[in-house]
Amino acid sequence: MSIDPAQKPLINESGIEVKTLYTLEDVAASGGVGMVGNPGEYPFTRGIHPEMYRKRPWTMRQYTGFANAKKTNERFKYLIANGQTGLNVAFDLPTQIGLDTDDPMALGEVGRVGMAVDTLRDFEIAFDGIDLDRITVSLTINGAATVLIAMYLVMAEKRGYDISKLRGTAQNDILKEFIGRGTWVFPVEPSVKLVCDTIEYCAKNAPKYTPVSVCGYHIRESGADPAEEMAYAFCIAKAYTDGALERGLDIDEFAGRLSFNFNIYGNIFEQVAKFRAGRSLWARIMKEEYGAKNPRSMWLRMIAGGGGNGLYAEQPEVNIMRGAYYALIGALGGAQTMDLCCYDEAYTIPSEFAQRLSLRTMQLLTEESGLCDTVDPLAGSYYVETLTNQMRERMQQIMAEVDVEGGIVKMVSEGTIQARVSARAYDTQRKILSGEIHKVGVNCYRLEDEEEHEPQFHPYDEGAAQKQIDATNAIKAERDQSEVERKLARVKNDAESGNNVMPAIMAAVRAYATVGEITSKLAEVYGHYQEPIRF
Amino acid sequence: MKADIRVLIAKPGLDGHDQGAKVVVRALMDAGFEVIYTGLRQSPAAVARVALEEDVDVIGLSSMAGSHLSFCRRLRELLAENKLTDKLWIIGGNIPKRDFGELKEIGLDGIFPTGTHFEEITEFIKENVT
Repeated sequence: MSIDPAQKPLINESGIEVKTLYTLEDVAASGGVGMVGNPGEYPFTRGIHPEMYRKRPWTMRQYTGFANAKKTNERFKYLIANGQTGLNVAFDLPTQIGLDTDDPMALGEVGRVGMAVDTLRDFEIAFDGIDLDRITVSLTINGAATVLIAMYLVMAEKRGYDISKLRGTAQNDILKEFIGRGTWVFPVEPSVKLVCDTIEYCAKNAPKYTPVSVCGYHIRESGADPAEEMAYAFCIAKAYTDGALERGLDIDEFAGRLSFNFNIYGNIFEQVAKFRAGRSLWARIMKEEYGAKNPRSMWLRMIAGGGGNGLYAEQPEVNIMRGAYYALIGALGGAQTMDLCCYDEAYTIPSEFAQRLSLRTMQLLTEESGLCDTVDPLAGSYYVETLTNQMRERMQQIMAEVDVEGGIVKMVSEGTIQARVSARAYDTQRKILSGEIHKVGVNCYRLEDEEEHEPQFHPYDEGAAQKQIDATNAIKAERDQSEVERKLARVKNDAESGNNVMPAIMAAVRAYATVGEITSKLAEVYGHYQEPIRF
Repeated sequence: MKADIRVLIAKPGLDGHDQGAKVVVRALMDAGFEVIYTGLRQSPAAVARVALEEDVDVIGLSSMAGSHLSFCRRLRELLAENKLTDKLWIIGGNIPKRDFGELKEIGLDGIFPTGTHFEEITEFIKENVT
């Protein structure tokens, strides 16, 4: 896009005017360098660790899962053999919303966008032969998170791991599911209660496990701009923090185990400034608003991922290059973990080849390109420091607006935040269609015949559902049914009494109760979410 | 062209990616149509029921996660049972070209993959709802 300075001002996605040239004066006018500091020191603008990637490169954690536990286990091992250093598990939609494979609503969806899980046995198979101390596992699960976190902990326990030392992460950010992604189950209030149950349970029993990864990512995917993405995520993280504090936990007992998930598509400098600004803003919120004393509680630990919304079905190979720039953003932004969307992902479950290419993209940065040599290499750039200050200010403004509206939980319940984000998506899409925003291969440099450029499709196994149903039925025939019923009754009882449901769910999982059985017990108490439709 | 065209936009199946559906709802509203948006997780039976109850002229589906063929096959039967086959039936979203033929055979009148211009959808509706 050519920029004619005489034309209308250039405004980035977050609404900040971008100048042709930046000088020291711009840095001073935006607030100076008082918030920059050193990496590993408050306010952590330059990174949460003093040596960052020199000491340890980011964890490479491609989102993976399809069909069943066995097939997914094979893909996990393939990726680990190719240098992947963590796992990020994709579950199919029935599992994500707490349905068993034999549920009528699951028809046609079993194993389609992730692996199907009914019982603990599926977890035992999925992680078989994987060293859970060496390879940390992230579970992309939200609506059914209590059950799947319990499955992970019980599976590890059965394999002899001490869960008080076990590391791992669950996404478990239900508030963002109401805004985007949509795998909610229960109404807003009990959903938040369940997130707080997991935080409390892990703080006391699995203190090295990360029970929540607050996702700006999907809010951005749904239409929010980068500043909104981070601001809304912080509002959500504060809602969970407040809930955990109400349980009587001390902030330093759990805040160090909150993590975040942010998107990396977009303008390189705006994105890097977003991460730098966000780190210092979160640190300040934790220190000044919540009185955290442990620096770890102030860390904005994050997976940077994506960015699906930035990828296009047209000329899919172009997505490989897009992914490379996104990875560069993640590295320059100081992410702890990275997950790159694959070039074929706009169409299909990524092929082995596509996933390997995404891994190689990151490996190019860690091995060949010097991205791990020096911490926060863009620091001191007049442009980046100015933009970092401006992004921080913009995020604070957005957070203050949410407070004025009554807080994020209220806005989510009423559907106002959803309406705001979808209005933004509409605005962006209109600009893409009109050509105001350029997308290479999409609205400029198009090909006449796109057909030959469709990538290979991951085959969907229509028979997978029946195989999974048969396997689960075999487990149901083996398990002690009266024990299962007692454990399920306890889940319902604890939900009714307002107790933390995690101990009861752990017990039900141990007895091989299914995801659907446990979720329906909770639903008997909590009911189901009704989506507010607002435009 | 019929006045006061009523359009149903439904999210079939369990997938929660509704950015596209909501964007299209807004575009259709701006183009002057009356739009009924179902929200997420609609079964084929639910789509047929709402189409009947709301007496819509257009039944629109937004599919992003690959289950469009099996969903449309099941919906076709329900549309026939409920005498809704005269309605304009369209689908949008993440629909690969290789599935266009089968979708047409099932009975879809219009297919609008991601990136379709809003005018293409609104003109198609105006021309085909009589």
